[in-house]
Amino acid sequence: MEGKAVNYELRLYVAGKTVKSVAALANLQKYCEEHLKGQYVIEVIDLLVQPQLAEGDQIFAIPTLVRKVPEPIRKIIGDLSNEEKVLVGLNIRPR
Amino acid sequence: MRRNKTSCTMTNFHKQQHSFIQLPKTPTGITGLDEITGGGLPKGRPSLICGEAGCGKTLMSLEFIIRGATQFNEPGVFMAFEEKAEELTQNVASLGFDLNKLQHDKLVKLDHVHIDRSEIEETGEYDLEGLFIRMGYAIDSIGAKRVVLDTLENLFSGLSDTAILRAELRRLFNFLKEKGVTAIITGEKGEGGSLTRQGLEEYVSDCVILLDHRVINQISTRRLRVVKYRGSQHGTNEYPFLIDEEGISVLPVTSLKLEKEVSSSRVSSGIPALDDMLGGKGFFKGSSVLVSGTAGTGKTSIAAYFANETCNGGKKCLYFAFEESPKQIVRNMKSINVDLQKHIDKGVLQFFASRPTLYGLEMHLVAMYKLIHKFKPDAVVLDPITNLITVGSVSEVKSMLVRLIDFLQEMQITVMFTALSLNTIVSEQTDEGVSSLVDAWLLVRDIEYNGERNRGMYIMKSRGMKHSNQVREFIITDKGLDLVEVYLGPEGVLTGSAREAQKLQEKTGVALRDFAVSRKDKEIMRKRKMLESKISSLQAEFESAEEELNKIYLEEQLKQEIVERNRAEMTNMRKGSIDAENKIRSKK
Repeated sequence: MEGKAVNYELRLYVAGKTVKSVAALANLQKYCEEHLKGQYVIEVIDLLVQPQLAEGDQIFAIPTLVRKVPEPIRKIIGDLSNEEKVLVGLNIRPR
Repeated sequence: MRRNKTSCTMTNFHKQQHSFIQLPKTPTGITGLDEITGGGLPKGRPSLICGEAGCGKTLMSLEFIIRGATQFNEPGVFMAFEEKAEELTQNVASLGFDLNKLQHDKLVKLDHVHIDRSEIEETGEYDLEGLFIRMGYAIDSIGAKRVVLDTLENLFSGLSDTAILRAELRRLFNFLKEKGVTAIITGEKGEGGSLTRQGLEEYVSDCVILLDHRVINQISTRRLRVVKYRGSQHGTNEYPFLIDEEGISVLPVTSLKLEKEVSSSRVSSGIPALDDMLGGKGFFKGSSVLVSGTAGTGKTSIAAYFANETCNGGKKCLYFAFEESPKQIVRNMKSINVDLQKHIDKGVLQFFASRPTLYGLEMHLVAMYKLIHKFKPDAVVLDPITNLITVGSVSEVKSMLVRLIDFLQEMQITVMFTALSLNTIVSEQTDEGVSSLVDAWLLVRDIEYNGERNRGMYIMKSRGMKHSNQVREFIITDKGLDLVEVYLGPEGVLTGSAREAQKLQEKTGVALRDFAVSRKDKEIMRKRKMLESKISSLQAEFESAEEELNKIYLEEQLKQEIVERNRAEMTNMRKGSIDAENKIRSKK
């Protein structure tokens, strides 16, 4: 798979430890371990702590997963419960 | 029981009247809007501004933020869901607002919320906490008192889960209220009767303002209406508003009351003879004067004279020209010995020329309001109002003029309208139906007689003053305007050369009569002289006769004296000194 060579930089924006946030993080970690083992970095940003970061990545929904690398930037909002959608959204699996 | 209740509510009512506390309001700073809403938008609550695309929602809300920051020292956050911050900055730069500086001074914060469906994938549950945090951060970072969300409905096009959105919207409005900010939410007008596409009006219940952009007869007019304003009185009409280089101006163009101050001081019309017809003093200050007449009867000249007179008195005059350009008027008026240019140079006269079709009637009104407010004239001339009919129906023109007159009277500004009456219409018919509104109505009319056309002026009405009921001939010469009394002779009313001819004829008659009279006078003089000489000769005769008589009388007396003396001496000689006593006695 071509994606093997690509380093994935993922950012998950949450606001405190809400059910959705926790679920999203757990889901993300699970998918990454399954599909991108060793090729990814997950950065979790808590907007309650760093609200100034919301503007930069155009965050309005919580939780939001932002794929910073590879370009183009893609966003997935929600608790990431639908694996298929997340994988397509992150371009791990072709549409 | 019932009665009790009523009396109770009555007292409550009175109490409320006494201790009536106005709903706290946040002034928008937008010209006119604060008047309509009785002070501004509800403080600390969200208001909705809705309307079609391009009706000025964004500008109005942005002006709210900018005015707040610059005039009321209330920093504001503008969250744009549509336009980018740079675009907004550019857009309002043309209105003289420097958003970059305001942002730098931490008075305004622009935040562009970019929502692109193609970039976003939705999976599972989410909420808009991110937006809240972002907003809260923006508000806290500059201590904002005002917030605008423009256009919130873009969320709906970016996100598919409307159920979540709706729930979040409700939370959003609560959030805004909790923050204590006065907020404006804009929304696109929806299909049918709904105010917004997504029914935002359900959430914003305090104040809803509807903007409208209507094209009638190819002329577009922007209008504003306060649909609802909970807990406050507000103007319910549609008010036109104007976007120009100074931002938005809304005009509450109908005053509901007829409680204007009136002045009994007079202003001259500039034509002494006309003033004479108006009780010798001219128009009332703050009154409205209509000059109507057929084409070429000198309406503009009368108006220019009035403007000239106003300026000569050191007062300011604003001249709205709907037909001729200012330069044209200045040139033309020079031909009747009126120099308007010097007043323009001095700054007491200002022309404002616009084609009636430039914008709709309401816009004309708005533009006039603005100019009048800015220039603060003592007199206003509208020349001619009939041209306005090209942009509206008679009734519309009338309603506009009613409001204009209303406004001018309130400002104590004397206004002169000119109106062209067409020959096909009976000229006594009211021009634009305003003759009932005006205080004085001058009618200039053609009088055709004897192969020439002359102008006659009537005063159709002049409220509150004695005025002449006579028709005068109105003449325009190189020296200016004048009114001449028409000749009322046995052959009827004569004007122009017929009048002159009649006058000449009269002059001849007078000369002849004068001649006859002087001849008779001379004859009398001669006779008198003759008689006088006769009298003097008789007098002389009488004097000589009298002298003769006197002479005789004196001689007689003298003779007698001498005789007596002689006799006495004789006696003395005879009697000696004994008769000395007698002598003395006789001497005595």
